[in-house]
Amino acid sequence: MTVQSPPTRPAAVRSPHRPRRVPPAVWLIGPSILFMALLMGWPMVQGVLQAVQNEHGFTLDFIRQMVEDPYFWPAVRNTALLIVVMIPLQFGIAIGMALLLRSNPRLNKLHFFVWAIPLALSDLAAGLVWLSIFNDRGYLNSFLKGLGIDGVPWLAYDNQATLFFCVLIAEVWRSTSLVLVIVVAGLQGIPKDYDEAAQVFGATFWQRLRHVTLPLLKPSLQVALILRTILAFQTFAVAQALTGQNFPLVVGETYRWYTALQNPNVAAALALVILVASMLTSIFYLRALREKGQGGTR
Amino acid sequence: MSTPTVDTAPLRRQRRNRIYLQIACVTISIFMLVPIYLISLAALSTRESLNEFPLSLLPTNISFDTLDAFLSSTGIFGALGNSVIVGIGTVLLSAVLGIPGGYALARFAFPGKEPYQLFLLFTRALPIVVLSVPLAKLFLTTNIYDTTYGVILLHTSLALPTTILISASVFLSVPVDVEEAARIFGCGPLGAFARVVMPMALPGLAAASIFTFVMSWNEVLGASILTLDHRTLPAQVLTSLSDSPLAYRFAGGFALVIPSIIFIAFMRRYLTNMWGSTIR
Amino acid sequence: MTDSYFRPPPIGPSRRSMLLAGLGTALSLPFLSACSGFDTSGAAAGAGSVGFLSTQFTPVEEKQRYEAVLKKFVKVPVAYNSVANNVFASTVQSQEESGNVRLSLLGGLHGDLAPLSKSLDDVDYLLRDLAGSGFSKDILELAKVGGPTSKYVPWMQATYLVAVNKKALEWLPSGVDVNDLRYEDYLAWAKAAKKGAGRPVFGMPAGPKGLHHRFYQGFLLPSFTGGQITTFRNPDAVTAWNYMRELWDNMVPASTNYDAMQEPLARGEVLVAWDHVARLVGAPAAKPEDWLMVPAPRGPKGRGYMLIVAGLALPKGGLERERSEQVIRSLMEPPTQIETLRKNAFFPVIQTELPTDLAGAIALEAAAVRRQQRSPGALLALPPVGVGAKDGEVSQIFKNCFQEICLNGSPVQPVLDQQATQLNTILKALAVPCWAPDPVSPGTKCEVA
Repeated sequence: MTVQSPPTRPAAVRSPHRPRRVPPAVWLIGPSILFMALLMGWPMVQGVLQAVQNEHGFTLDFIRQMVEDPYFWPAVRNTALLIVVMIPLQFGIAIGMALLLRSNPRLNKLHFFVWAIPLALSDLAAGLVWLSIFNDRGYLNSFLKGLGIDGVPWLAYDNQATLFFCVLIAEVWRSTSLVLVIVVAGLQGIPKDYDEAAQVFGATFWQRLRHVTLPLLKPSLQVALILRTILAFQTFAVAQALTGQNFPLVVGETYRWYTALQNPNVAAALALVILVASMLTSIFYLRALREKGQGGTR
Repeated sequence: MSTPTVDTAPLRRQRRNRIYLQIACVTISIFMLVPIYLISLAALSTRESLNEFPLSLLPTNISFDTLDAFLSSTGIFGALGNSVIVGIGTVLLSAVLGIPGGYALARFAFPGKEPYQLFLLFTRALPIVVLSVPLAKLFLTTNIYDTTYGVILLHTSLALPTTILISASVFLSVPVDVEEAARIFGCGPLGAFARVVMPMALPGLAAASIFTFVMSWNEVLGASILTLDHRTLPAQVLTSLSDSPLAYRFAGGFALVIPSIIFIAFMRRYLTNMWGSTIR
Repeated sequence: MTDSYFRPPPIGPSRRSMLLAGLGTALSLPFLSACSGFDTSGAAAGAGSVGFLSTQFTPVEEKQRYEAVLKKFVKVPVAYNSVANNVFASTVQSQEESGNVRLSLLGGLHGDLAPLSKSLDDVDYLLRDLAGSGFSKDILELAKVGGPTSKYVPWMQATYLVAVNKKALEWLPSGVDVNDLRYEDYLAWAKAAKKGAGRPVFGMPAGPKGLHHRFYQGFLLPSFTGGQITTFRNPDAVTAWNYMRELWDNMVPASTNYDAMQEPLARGEVLVAWDHVARLVGAPAAKPEDWLMVPAPRGPKGRGYMLIVAGLALPKGGLERERSEQVIRSLMEPPTQIETLRKNAFFPVIQTELPTDLAGAIALEAAAVRRQQRSPGALLALPPVGVGAKDGEVSQIFKNCFQEICLNGSPVQPVLDQQATQLNTILKALAVPCWAPDPVSPGTKCEVA
């Protein structure tokens, strides 16, 4: 008993008496396309070409140099690991938080505000705070010492497990609010009546979540997934603050090649890797979460 | 209450559930607040007390020295002004450009819908650092380099994908029937949109504007490559902070987060304005 | 050109929507009309001020102090902008390529300026005028960035030292002079301190922005092998890296997170550390009497040490050329150079007597710098000369050695052989002669033997 979200009917809003035959959708999306193309088009082309062009023309040298770098494969592995573990975790937490809010606990507006606060923090500042928590003489070890426990070197280079764990906690803290806010905004549009009707018919909590709430949330979840994944590919300030070079990420490597090594070509090659990975996951989300029964349009 | 025949188990269960609910909410709130508390604590501590071990977890050494020094550095208020201009300008411009796009995605079937979405994501998916030189060259040749307009344009291009996709996802949940009803009662397409669709989509638009503002407020790289003497706050201070003593970094992080928090507090009411608009 | 974006998409207007659009435009007017933004760099507002872009003195306090120095000694209004080195490079490059240069004066480390040499004007005429200042020959050679003409005027210099918290002296092996350490003493001391304190207390700046590669390039390898590049993988270098591995085992493991040592030193997390003087100066600031600054250790081939040189350069097509030259001249005056040392711990490049009344931390450093440079067997090493934009990649080779040998525990010789191949690939493409301490002979190409 899947409840469909309100079907879109393209014919419904078309104005019959438009003098010119330009479909309204073009007027609506035109400005954004024009804006993006004018502003980013040429820089994007130039930026991407850097990866495969040197002064003599086409070359694969930079891509080879990228792959041969000792940090490349660890960076790919870490990025993939972080995204595969973090995104589902984050979505589980965010949906749970949104449902908690919807069940109207006392002070729910205050709670929601508090849960949205990490959104306000730049990733640089977030890295700073979590470093001050996890470092050897940081707040966490100070707290443990207060309890009479010896400190743990959370960020030691030779302990990949705690490194990953620390980065994961910090990233979940920092960026779950983004998912939460999108999910909460999506939940606003879903009348509680559906849920309550299902409850009257004796559906359990999980049944209602699975068959009522989540299907209705699908558009919001899809958007949150796309944006969160793309942004996850882009952020490295927290990981870098916490682990230095010991937990390299692909985007961090892009910055390293561009800034420290001053080689824009290899940096562009790494950026291409991120671009391709982001686009592939986006296509995957767009197709996998396509609204059923609406033709091939969405 | 005194009649023993009434089964109070469901009631008790419900009360117990409310307590669990509250405990869960408070736990999450504490987890979210602890780092914020620590950054405020560190920003208001003396430099020496940050070097001690174990660190004090309670505000015992309050001092405004580092915050003061941070706030008195050159150009900080000019930069604050620029950041406000850029933040608000970006929110407005990306709303004007983005909301129609989101509406089109939600309401119209047009060929190239998926390519359009991917096209939008394209710019966001490429780490902008590799575009530093081409972007700055473009802005220099068009003579908008080192102005807040330039930064607004760049930030809008970074925010558009978010604005369009999020607004599309909320327009989808506004029933078409409502809009048709408004049309039947004599609204033009834009009137129906403004009077009926917009208010219902407001939470999503508020969410999108929060992302836009916060992104613009915290963006460093683009703002630093496109400006020289008219910097935004992060471009002005974050580079300088990364090499500064720890106490300054906390002061900077603390000072930067406050305006974003205020913006979120302001927008939150639109985000949750529909809680309880249906039966409780 | 912006306002066209503000026009709402024409879908058939209604009165209400016109009103909304009007309101929107009215709201956005102040942002569109009045200002292109508030000035954030101080003097920049008026015409005729010198736009000075620099990679130095980015920390808040240092920047404030340097602005004060400029105000006091330079008669021309200067807008001092300090930025990260990548922003520096892309700003200079994009302004030059688009033919719209907004800068007048550039300041940066040798490594920041060398990659940009194509965008810089020659400054030989200025150096001729300033010949009486007494720049050292090595620094002038460096300023040519591998070409025939000079690309920058030396601005200030610094080096690297070892900072010692006096608490660590109790573990100093007996009979060792802390001001004349040998590498084996340094290691023995680190071991004794680790044992005595119950935890390692020696550290190094091996974080992502740390300068540890300069330790291998300018200190460890020259002291053990007498060279930097040519001797990269000879038996002496193997000894050096084996030494490094043992030293690392006695260092604070969190070192891989340290960018500047003054913080862990001030926190007491680390008691003895080698770093750039400007990155050490904050440690003894509060209690100079608790600290020592000592020269880097010496090895079998001498006491290798490296100089850091910052330079002032003129961008091609830069604005306010005459005034910029005036700024450069003012910055070469002894009082300005001394004031820079007092405030921000960068040493003069000109020949001048240092005053005796320097503040605690700086006095400690000044004495140690003098001792390091004048000690018998002092062996000057330069940062890679003439490698331009490849400086980062050359340095990365040394960091890779550290990563492989010390962190991953790989056997030394194979790592050095493999990294030497990479280093030679870079050097072959560059075809530049070697630099000190390797034998310098013009016309030859530098490579690992």
